[in-house]
Order: sequence, then C-alpha cells, then structure tokens
Amino acid sequence: MKKLLKISMLCALVLLMLTPAAFAVGDKETATSSLIKVGIVNLPPEESGYRQANVEDMNKVFSAANGYDAKQTNTGDNSEQIAAAQGYIRDGVDYLLISAANASGWDNVLKSAKSAGVTVFLFDRLIQTDASNFQAALVSDMATEGNTAVNWLLAQKLPEYKVILIRGQLGSAAEQGRSAAVLKARDSGKLTIVADGTGGDSWSLEEARKVVEAAITSGKDFNVIYAENDGMAQGAVQALDAAGITHGKGGKVKVIGFDFNRFALRNVQAGYWDCNIQCSPRQAAEISRWIKAKAAGTALPTGIVFQKEIFVDTASITDDIIANLGLNADPGKGVITK
Amino acid sequence: MSTVKTKARGSHLFLPLSVLAILIVINLIKGADYFSMTIINGALYGNVPNILFGASELVILAIGMTLVTASSRGQDISVGVAAAITSAVFVQVLQGAGDITWWTIAASFLASCAAGMLIGAFNGSLVAVFKVQPMVATLILFTAGRSIAFMIDGKLSPVLANDLTSQLGGVIPGVPIQTPIILTVVFIALFAALLKTTNLRLYAESVGINEKAARLNGIDPTRIKFLTYMILGVCSAVAGFIAVTKAGRHDSVNLLKFVEMDAILAVAIGGNALSGGKFSVTGSIIGAYTIEVLSRTLLRLEIGTETIKAFKAVFIIILMVVASPVVREYASKALRRVRAGADDCAVAEADTAASGPDAPAKMEV
Repeated sequence: MKKLLKISMLCALVLLMLTPAAFAVGDKETATSSLIKVGIVNLPPEESGYRQANVEDMNKVFSAANGYDAKQTNTGDNSEQIAAAQGYIRDGVDYLLISAANASGWDNVLKSAKSAGVTVFLFDRLIQTDASNFQAALVSDMATEGNTAVNWLLAQKLPEYKVILIRGQLGSAAEQGRSAAVLKARDSGKLTIVADGTGGDSWSLEEARKVVEAAITSGKDFNVIYAENDGMAQGAVQALDAAGITHGKGGKVKVIGFDFNRFALRNVQAGYWDCNIQCSPRQAAEISRWIKAKAAGTALPTGIVFQKEIFVDTASITDDIIANLGLNADPGKGVITK
Repeated sequence: MSTVKTKARGSHLFLPLSVLAILIVINLIKGADYFSMTIINGALYGNVPNILFGASELVILAIGMTLVTASSRGQDISVGVAAAITSAVFVQVLQGAGDITWWTIAASFLASCAAGMLIGAFNGSLVAVFKVQPMVATLILFTAGRSIAFMIDGKLSPVLANDLTSQLGGVIPGVPIQTPIILTVVFIALFAALLKTTNLRLYAESVGINEKAARLNGIDPTRIKFLTYMILGVCSAVAGFIAVTKAGRHDSVNLLKFVEMDAILAVAIGGNALSGGKFSVTGSIIGAYTIEVLSRTLLRLEIGTETIKAFKAVFIIILMVVASPVVREYASKALRRVRAGADDCAVAEADTAASGPDAPAKMEV
C-alpha cells in the first residue's frame, strides 16, 4: 500500500514537472510567426545588483510587445550556459545574446551558431575568441570609466593628490581598467598613491574599511578615496567617519565610487560623497536598436562596441539620473547611507 | 584532578595567545604607538577598538561553530549565508513595521533570531536525525542560501538609512565604545552564563567524544546535536544583525561572504580539535581576534595587494604545523632531553611539566 502511494506520488510529481514544459511548447507554436526569435544566455540575477538590473532590462526590452519572442537562461555555470546556447541554436533563434560566465570554451558553440546562420551578440562580458565568431560585443569600457574618474579628480585643482586606491577583485576587467587610470596618473607624477589595497574577490565593504583604517592609524595623510565600487566606497567612508575625518562637498577627502547604485547617487546628491561613475547594465535597448535597424536595411555593427557612460558629481546630479540610470533600491531624496 | 584540568585548558590557550603576542610584537616594532587611543566624536578610536569592532561578527560565529564542532564532529559551512538570510528577514520586518523605534528594532531582531533557529533546525535535523555529514548537509544552504536572501530582499538591496540602526552599527551618543563591541561582549557574557548554568558543555563534549557512551549514560545525542545547531542559528542571526547595521544596507551577495572559513579557522587556531569532543570557547574567541589582527597586521606592514593572501596562507600554515600533535610531541621530547642533560635531579619534574602539552593531544582523540 505504501509502495503504491509512493509510486503514485512520483507519477504526480513527474506530471507536475512536465505540464509547464508542455504549455511552453504550445505557447511557442501559436505566437512565433511574426516575432523575432532571440535567445539570451545570461548570468543569474542574484549575482549582483548590476545583474538584477541587467536581467530585468533584457526582459523589458525583448518582450512580445516590442516584437520579440525571447527566452532567457540565467546561470553562473559556464557549461550550463553553453548547453543553453546550443539549445537556442537548435531551436532556430534569429539572434543569440551571450554574457558568458567564463571567457573561454565558447569557440565550438559560436562556430555552430555561425554555420546555422544565427547572429551572435555578446553583452557586458567579452569572450576570448576570434572576432569573426561573433557579430558584435556591447560592453562597458572600464579603462574609460577609470579615465573619467581621474580626469574629474585632476579637474578639482587640489594643491596635491594623495590617493588611497581600493581595488576590486584583482585581475577582473573592472579592476584592471579602473586601476590603470590611477596608476598611469601616478607614473606621470600627477598624483601619489598613499595606500594601495583591495576589497578582495567580493569587493568587500569590510575589507575596504580595514584598508582605510590601517592608513589612518599609521598616520598617513591623504585627501582622495578612489574605491572601485560603491560598497567599498561606503566602507572607506565609514572609516573616515569613525576617525572624524571630513569628506564630501567642502570636506578634506574627496570620495569617488563606481557603479551608480542609487544609495551612492543619493550620497553624492547630499554632498556626502563627491563623484560616481556609471557602469551601465542596460545593454538591451542598444542591441534592440541594432536589430530593428537591420530590418530597416542598415548593416549591423561589428567588433567591440563600448557603451556610452556618464559620471556625476555634487553639481551635476539630478533626480532624473538617479531614477533612470541608478541600480538597486532608492533610499529616498536627502537620505544618506552611512 | 582539577589542577590537571586547568593545566590542559591553559596549554590549549598557549598557542593562540602566543600567536597573538607575536603579531602584537610585530605591530609594535612597526610603530610604537600601536596601542594609543584617542577620543573621536565621543568614542574611543585606535587600533584596538578597530580590531574589536571588525572582528565582532567573526567572534560570535566562532563561538557557535565551536559548539557545533564539539558535538557533531563537523563544521557548518552555511553560517555566513545563514546570517545573510536572517539579516534579510530583519530588514524586511523592520521596514514592514513602518516606524523605526528601539521596540520595532528589537521585535525585528527577534524575528531574525527565529529565522536563525529555523535554519539551525533545518541543518540540525539533517545532521542529527538523518545523519548527513555536517559539511554536506550545510552545503545545501551554502549553495542556495544567498538566492533565498536575494528573494527575501525583493531582488534589490534595501537601504537601512536611519539614525537608530546606524547607532547600533556605530556609536550611541554618550557611550564611549562602538556599539558592535558592546553587543559582542554582552553576547559572550550570555554565552558564558549559558555554559556555566547548564550542562550543555558536558553533554556536547560527551556526544562528540563518544556518541554511544553518551547514549548509554542517558544523553540523547540527536537532541544535543540538534540543539547546538539551533544555537549556532541564533549566533548567525546575531552576527547578521551586527553586520547589516554596520553596513547600513542589505547586500545579499556580499554580506559576510566567506566568513564561514574564517570561523572554522578561528576554532582551529583556538586549539580545538575539528574532530569534536573537548572544546574551549575562549580559545575560539582568541582565534577569531587573532585572524582579525593578522589581516590588519598585513595591511599595516603594507604588503602588496597581490601577495597579501599568500602571506596570510603561509602564516596560517606555519601556525597549524607548529600546533600539530607531531611537532608538539617532538618539542616536548626535545625539551625533556635538554632538561635531563642539564640536570639529572630535575628529570622527574620535567616529566610532569611536559605532560601539560601532551594532555590536550590525547584528549583531542
């Protein structure tokens, strides 16, 4: 009797799992005719606030209302991503959009996409492969982000620049691009690096705080915090507050953060921080524009295309920027996140 | 008997304390003002408060981890993730409560403790009832937990910007010590009282040393193991509470990331056997502070960002090798030989002295 119950429960479970799949197939066959088929291979939204905004943006832009029949796979596992991409190619999608978990191992998939006539766009992350294996890649230009920050800093006309550099995950594209600008400025004598630390692989707030605390307690003099993301800038500012060092608008230390989290933008707006540089997760609109232009007869772009990204300081920030370009939850106008 | 016991406990603490002493000496050589403190914004500021402040979550997690290690002979690798989930619950309940007062904060904290106990019950039932290896059982939450916290957060990282919680994560006006340090001290005191007033230590140790013997003596191993995981769940909730009030916002991805490894390391540095049995919470607490001092020492010595991790690893390897029973035995034998050579009359005395370091090694088995 017990065995019978178990078997019947198992059957019920299998049926339950099959039904959504069956429905999905049904849906697809009724609605594909006039829509552009797009397969999106992406990382999971819980990876970061950046990714959450990215995934949402993809879903919003590549919707049936905009003329797309799009499916998105979210996984941080490279082999699962490759399997999903192969699935999309078999399904006969028109366009394949990839943000790869790992930069290598994609050659075969990209070649089979090419031979199947599927156009491949890379977004946010590049893949180590021959440029002929994909149509175009839309990514953030980390080096330009770094240069933007350093140019802003040098335009402040401080009598001297003593910088605490807080790097992100060593070797990541963001860390390399954003650090390069500071190191270049140091080599050309425009600033000195007083302390060079890292928030580690998790771009950790606590680690950033420790880097600044170590500099303060060993009596170092500095007037710039260059933190390569918002969380680390927050940790650094906590260390300044605890030590009674002024910062932000009219303060001693200039605080620079990256990524455009809404809490960070509100801090800039309140004059608590000084400058923030955008790293946009919203590539979907631009890629959609390419696809629509192709249908109208314009050729698709090729190679690596950089997104246009902006920066804000206490003078240039507006509520519109925070609402439209920010990431994550908004603490509200005038609220400082310490 | 009691002298032997104190000797054994004392030598357990010898290693973590001597490591801490070495690190402090290094720091003093680097700058003699290492212990200097000033009052800034009404609170003590200096290296020591920074260390106590920075290590608070790790200390609390190490305490719970010690208990779990002792009773279940394994480690919970989901403590950081558990803290991310409980603190997500804390933030959601607090924001749902509308007004932020000390009362709503206390109520939300209790809710997060309940979530912590739930997580502890989940891990505990897998380990105690279903006899799954602790590391495997807790691997489930380790893998999936941050996604759960992300869902509780409503897919955003909510901001906790208000005066009361930032006072909890920073300084309450009029109190000269940062609040997380006070919370940690209170927690340690409560935990010490728990161990003093109940038989928890005896029960956890006997279950860890020999489960069958414990059962024959009327102790239910399942219940004790389950209980230790529940307690660790509460520890995670407290650590998550401190971490989220410090950070001022809930970042489900990065909150207390990889802290479980440091917590296990703290237990090991504290002279506790990771294979369970006798345990020393004091050792684990010192171990946790040692880890904090170590990472700050490396920063103070301005070791390059690329090599800092390697330095930390090398230091810990040396530490673990020195602490290993093999080296300890060799050292005590060498010591005995030296003393025997120096003075024949002192042989008997040296033997009894050397039995100190030997004793814990036997107990660990």
